[in-house]
Amino acid sequence: MMHKLITTLGLLGLSAAAVAADAVAQTEKQATNWHAIIMFLIFVALTMGITYWAANRTKTTADFYTAGGGITGFQNGLAIAGDYMSAATLLGLTAMVYTQGYDGYIYMLAFFAGWPIILFLMAERLRNLGKFTFADITAYRLDQGKVRTMAAISSLTVVCFYLLAQMVGAGQLIKLLFGLDYNIAIFAVGLLMMVYVTFGGMVATTWVQIIKACMLLTGGTLVMVLAFSQFGFSYQKLLESATAVHKLGPKLMYPGSLLADPVTAISLGLGLMFGTAGLPHILMRFFTVTDAKQARKSVLYASGFVAYFFNVIFLMGLCAILIVGQNPDFFTAGKLTGGGNMVAMHLAKAVGGNMLLGFLAAVAFATILAVVSGLALAGASAISHDIYARVIKKGTATEAAEIRVSKIATICLGFVAIGLGILFEKQNIAFMVGLAFGVAAAANFPVLILSMYWKGLTTRGALWGGYGGLVSAVLFVFFSKSVWVDVIGNKAALFPYTQPALFAMPLAFLLAYVFSKTDSSVRAGKEIEAFEDQYVRAQTGYGASGAAKH
Amino acid sequence: MSSVMYERMRTNPKFQELVRRRGRFAWTLAVVVLTMFYGFVMLVAFSPASLGQPVAEGSMLTVGVAFELFMFIFFWLLTALYVRRANSEFDGLTQEIVKEAWKEQK
Repeated sequence: MMHKLITTLGLLGLSAAAVAADAVAQTEKQATNWHAIIMFLIFVALTMGITYWAANRTKTTADFYTAGGGITGFQNGLAIAGDYMSAATLLGLTAMVYTQGYDGYIYMLAFFAGWPIILFLMAERLRNLGKFTFADITAYRLDQGKVRTMAAISSLTVVCFYLLAQMVGAGQLIKLLFGLDYNIAIFAVGLLMMVYVTFGGMVATTWVQIIKACMLLTGGTLVMVLAFSQFGFSYQKLLESATAVHKLGPKLMYPGSLLADPVTAISLGLGLMFGTAGLPHILMRFFTVTDAKQARKSVLYASGFVAYFFNVIFLMGLCAILIVGQNPDFFTAGKLTGGGNMVAMHLAKAVGGNMLLGFLAAVAFATILAVVSGLALAGASAISHDIYARVIKKGTATEAAEIRVSKIATICLGFVAIGLGILFEKQNIAFMVGLAFGVAAAANFPVLILSMYWKGLTTRGALWGGYGGLVSAVLFVFFSKSVWVDVIGNKAALFPYTQPALFAMPLAFLLAYVFSKTDSSVRAGKEIEAFEDQYVRAQTGYGASGAAKH
Repeated sequence: MSSVMYERMRTNPKFQELVRRRGRFAWTLAVVVLTMFYGFVMLVAFSPASLGQPVAEGSMLTVGVAFELFMFIFFWLLTALYVRRANSEFDGLTQEIVKEAWKEQK
């Protein structure tokens, strides 16, 4: 099981979410865990209270999409960290360090390294040019109708793949951690998410993220400190004992087979780095802060929390090798009870008893809920702000109508998520997160970065680049081993690599370049001319939408 | 109206100065991060054994872990460095540019 998990991951070269999704796909229902349920109910009560409070403050579209643009850099940094670190980070990466040692740490660096790049090249321009969705930036000087439709389609594609992976993972995890029925878990996540987003909009979603991030940081730190104290906080001592008992022995701290193939390694690195910079729910967070100054601070805080937490997880995984791996209580028939992803949970129980186990389980549930809410809001804004207000109504929709559409869209997305979650219960959906990152890196990122940096981008080029990236990323994954062989059941993959980014991203850039360069229409000329003003605004922030005036 | 403002800002030599200084700083930092990260990925792919060596005789700390921990801290310090300079020097310059464009208005 553990081996299968790691091989699958290695082959797919996916994000850690894949670990959770894959491993929990074969879990069995556990006894009802009351500690966890009570602690989770406290979390729900607290966040419902915040949603009630937020509902009174959510009146305009700006409130709904971006919390009125009044979030501080520190709050937003926590919320970004909350958005970025899913339950899979906590459970999947701990499990990965536990089984593979150093490889888990390499993955974490790949997850982290995109953040400095986002700060240096994107954060302030995003804030200076965008209002509610990243399509505001790509469509800034291009054809509103066509470019927005494209950006909305690729956003929704990313959101749906990501939601599906989260929902199935959530159902399995909750079944495992709380002993609840799969369908009940799916409905609980879907319905709670609808309440947060429809009533509280971005204000409630942000606070759910912040609370969850604090819980995650606290819970993880507590487990790590308690576990590490058993080794007198000595890395030397911990590693001496760990390498002595681990099946990898001294090879524990060697890079293993996960990234041995250079093409996969580079493609994965590109996908994780630039996929992060193309995820609609992450990009949206940059519009919630007051100005470019706060946008930069958000990245500083977010990357600090992420880097800190990854190192905590690394130590947790190493401690678990001894504390969990050497304790027969946590094994059933020679295998880890509950599956590979339970390492972090068993560790919590071993060092802190049922209370800490319950707390960490509640953290995992809260985490899923928070990520799903952020995704749903990003999806709903693509439907209401981009498609309804700008494409269909061409900017004539009233704020009230636009908010109503986003709420309806949120509820629809909630039911879509519940439906997909139930439909895909038995499927291996591990490739979904990889697909989401791949599409984000190939369809969203190239057009977004070109629209900010390259004067010559025209509507025709943007459409070719965006749709080209979207279609090629989906096709590359479809014909790769993860779908063509593992899901459809064919013998050999038509496309040899499981990571699309290295191939689909350059293709998207190339298409955007060629079709812009050969575009000699009058409109193209005007679009290129309009870059000058956009450039000054991107640099200075003059004319950028400020914080809501109330 | 705002197009006139943008035109004034663009022709302000301070704007060129801002773009040049910030561009150079941001790209330098980005290149440092990208080089170190992809250099590390290459080491993982082509020379994994070198990362498994201990930093000193008898130490359990390996070169790979030490280098990665260094990158976690170093990359974060680079973000702090950028935020510090951007939030003081670059933002100050930006405010001057906007203010001067407004002055011409009158």
